[in-house]
Amino acid sequence: MLTTARTRTPVLSTEAITKVYRSGPVAVHALAGVSVSLFEAEVVVLLGASGSGKSTLLNILGGLDQPTSGRVLFRDQDLSAMEDAALTEFRRKHVGFVFQFYNLVPSLTARENVALVTEIAGDPMPPEEALDRVGLTARMDHFPSELSGGEQQRVAIARAIAKRPDILLCDEPTGALDSKTGITVLEALISVNRDLGTTTALITHNVEIRRIAHRVIYMADGRITKVEENSAPIAPSEVSW
Amino acid sequence: MRALDRKVLRDLRGIWAQCLAIALVLACGVMVMVLSTGTQRSLTETRDTFYERHRFADVFAGATRAPRGLLSEIAAIDGVAQVEARIVFTAMVDLEGMVEPASARVISLPALGGPALNLPLLRAGRLPDPLQPDEVALSEPFAQANGLRPGDRFRAVLNGRLRDLVVTGHLLSPEYIYTLGPAAMMPDDRHYGLIWMREPAAAAATDLDGAFNDLALSLSRGAHQAAVIAAIDRLLAPYGGTGAYGRDRQMSHVFIEGELSQLGAMARVLPPIFLIVSAFLVNMVLGRLIALERRQIGLLKAIGYPIRSIVIHYLKMTIGIGFAGTLIGWGMGWWLGHQMTALYTEYFRFPWLDYTPGAAPMVISGAAAMGAVVLGALRAVLAAVRLAPAVAMAPPAPPVYRRGWADALGHALGLRQTTMMIVRSLTRWPGRAAVTLFGVAGSVAVLIVSFVTFDIIDLVMEDIFDRTNRQHATVILHQPVKERAELDALSLPGVLHAEGVHVAPVRIRHGQASKLVSLTAQDPGADLTRLLDPDGTRIPLPDSGVALPESLADHLGLVPGETVQIELLAPPRQPWDVTVTSVFRQSMGQDILMRRDVFFALMNETPQVNMLHLAIDPAALPALQAQVKQTPAITGFTLWEDVRSSMEETMNESLITMTIIFSVLGMLITIGVVYNAARIQLAERAHELASLRVLGFRRAEVGYVLIAEQMLLTLIAVPVGWLLGYWFAVLMTQGFSTDIISLPMVISQATYAQAALTALATAFVSVLMVRRRLDRIDIVTALKQKE
Repeated sequence: MLTTARTRTPVLSTEAITKVYRSGPVAVHALAGVSVSLFEAEVVVLLGASGSGKSTLLNILGGLDQPTSGRVLFRDQDLSAMEDAALTEFRRKHVGFVFQFYNLVPSLTARENVALVTEIAGDPMPPEEALDRVGLTARMDHFPSELSGGEQQRVAIARAIAKRPDILLCDEPTGALDSKTGITVLEALISVNRDLGTTTALITHNVEIRRIAHRVIYMADGRITKVEENSAPIAPSEVSW
Repeated sequence: MRALDRKVLRDLRGIWAQCLAIALVLACGVMVMVLSTGTQRSLTETRDTFYERHRFADVFAGATRAPRGLLSEIAAIDGVAQVEARIVFTAMVDLEGMVEPASARVISLPALGGPALNLPLLRAGRLPDPLQPDEVALSEPFAQANGLRPGDRFRAVLNGRLRDLVVTGHLLSPEYIYTLGPAAMMPDDRHYGLIWMREPAAAAATDLDGAFNDLALSLSRGAHQAAVIAAIDRLLAPYGGTGAYGRDRQMSHVFIEGELSQLGAMARVLPPIFLIVSAFLVNMVLGRLIALERRQIGLLKAIGYPIRSIVIHYLKMTIGIGFAGTLIGWGMGWWLGHQMTALYTEYFRFPWLDYTPGAAPMVISGAAAMGAVVLGALRAVLAAVRLAPAVAMAPPAPPVYRRGWADALGHALGLRQTTMMIVRSLTRWPGRAAVTLFGVAGSVAVLIVSFVTFDIIDLVMEDIFDRTNRQHATVILHQPVKERAELDALSLPGVLHAEGVHVAPVRIRHGQASKLVSLTAQDPGADLTRLLDPDGTRIPLPDSGVALPESLADHLGLVPGETVQIELLAPPRQPWDVTVTSVFRQSMGQDILMRRDVFFALMNETPQVNMLHLAIDPAALPALQAQVKQTPAITGFTLWEDVRSSMEETMNESLITMTIIFSVLGMLITIGVVYNAARIQLAERAHELASLRVLGFRRAEVGYVLIAEQMLLTLIAVPVGWLLGYWFAVLMTQGFSTDIISLPMVISQATYAQAALTALATAFVSVLMVRRRLDRIDIVTALKQKE
């Protein structure tokens, strides 16, 4: 079902990264040497129990956090050597985020939440087009408080993709939604990946969702325990939980 | 300590900076109250005690020459308690080592003992010996300014005769707490003083044996002052009576009253601003804290704490702020009160003047401060405790935004989304925006009141010294002389041009209102002294009728074209009905003006002059001053440059201090309001602002949302503050204006601009302090919290 050609060119990769959080004498090893690559136009699902290091990995990949050791490469740029301002520029130009709790600005309408990003992006699509892609044309002048959870999450996806990012990082995007709504959100993500070729990494607890991905990365205790290739991803509508 | 009390302390510690900002605003209100009412009380009590102990008279009168035999008739007037007849005249003083001439008011002491009224207080030495006609006592400030100690000698021209006098002592008088020389605008202790001389010597010097020319009297309880004044005027009329007057026209008393009313105006206008702003701030900060602690309040209620305990718990926090503000305010007010009182002692010569505010300003200001913060808190607290525990424990409903006029405007203007966030925040929480707006506007207004003093003083100085009084010197003549005095003056060294005027005391009456003023009769071609209309444009002296200062015309309810009665308080004393032909601007004094020929035609006399305005060659000034000292016909010499510099010196000293104090007060309001508003905004929007960072917004762009909202409100507050400041300035000039000083209302563009820029800069620094906290927010942690 893929229309955009996937390649084995890595967009983002990590080399033996670790992340240690210190709180007084206690050191928590959130990541214990993770090497992974995200390739162009692929959909990757990260699966793992709570505390397995998925979110930490995603945050580091998205330039929200820095590894304690190891390297993170975006194409040939070393993110782990970047200062805060450079990481901000990286996020601004190349990354789209979708979170479990949407993180929409409550005082802006759906269209305005998307415009928030398009106003600072280099080559964005019009906010209306982004909202159209997630099926929210009819609701774009509503404030977040006037939208359902699924609608809010689709606004978040529209906001994330409107800048035409190289990578879309989604942390439990369906975590707060019922299965029917969750599926519409996944459909939005997959259609974006299909039409725009955006590399998409998706964290979930839900093992069923792995079936829509090209690759599935399993994590436990801060390490990658297994990587599965999926040669025939299914459509989100075929998934049920 | 109870658990809830521990919570109070910890909560206060958590928001200490916000609490301090509120406490400081509150402290300003308390401070101004303690300062102004405390100083007012100290000044009033000191004055009243001095008046009472030294029997300050109630009514005063002057005459040309009245026989002592008249005194029994005066004493018999109903309501008169005591009568003191004196001889008072002006003398030129020639002090060793001083080039410029000085002058003094000579006041007679009874032949034996001390006077019954206006008892001078002996500060050093002794009173003059009745048997030694050359012995005199001097006013303490004059003696000190010129280094004259008891036993020292100096020379004075008494009624045209040069005399050697011996100083026996230094005195202070309740009649001359504030001493102003003729044609002076500020006390000048070096060049003008008081000389007390025994009556026989004074009578001999003035040829007033068996007569007096000045009267002071006290009234019995319940006496009708106006009736006594009328009776005295009747009795003194044949003897050149110049009109009796009460304390309300007594120069020294009027100046003290003016100062007291200024302090009163300060106490009335300023503290309410600070107290109201503090109340709103407490409401805003506590409202926010309570919103955050909603669940805890629900929990406390659920586990059985009664509403009363919870209300008391939050009120304790408020009282902590009120207590801190009150203590800081008391401390600052006490300290500044001492400074201000010390400043007063330079102008008001009391034998003692201590800052003793008493308990009342402390109690009242403390109670007002507590009342303001408790009222501010109650609304927020009561709203929270009314919620049922189950409702309170549930998260509050998310804010609901609606589209409105602001959206249409925003879209029409093509505003960016970060700006739309600001617009929506303002329209969603208008109350909070109003607190910031009102607070900053108050701050701008206080700043305008602080800076406007310079505009007013500049205008007054310019009017007095550059535009109306362009003479270099003014000479007061011992007696009126024919107009040729102008020609005689030209023969004095260095005199380039001379213009004579005749100044006479008159009573001006319109309907029921009347006033004692000076009438200046001058030449129509006079150029050294000029007239300005109320807008400041030069106008000619009217060909006929009389010109009145604006303040007097207002007081008497007169407009040009109306007729006013003018009664000369010297022979021939007859009243004339004169048309008011123009109204002019006058900041100091209330003199009415007429053409000299018109005035003397009314009197049916040959025109005369008793004062000369001179334009002089500066190089010849020492020679002129030396000549003046030896000219018996001159009893006063004022160099306008000296008047100007002494006035400027005084103004600079006190004005700069006051301006600094008020500017700090004004800035503290902005800090209190903007810092708190920005802190609340940051606390509420941390999640939202962190989201922006995740989306790739730079720190500066995220900071913009925080800073621009506060700066936008500050900007909107500026014109409101200008209006409020204008109104305050009007109140202030009215409060500060007396019969002697009529302050013009003028605010320069520079003042508006300075007030605005100061408020904007203060707001910017305040919000930057909060902006630093924004940089410290960990975006990953902030995002993990559910909205």
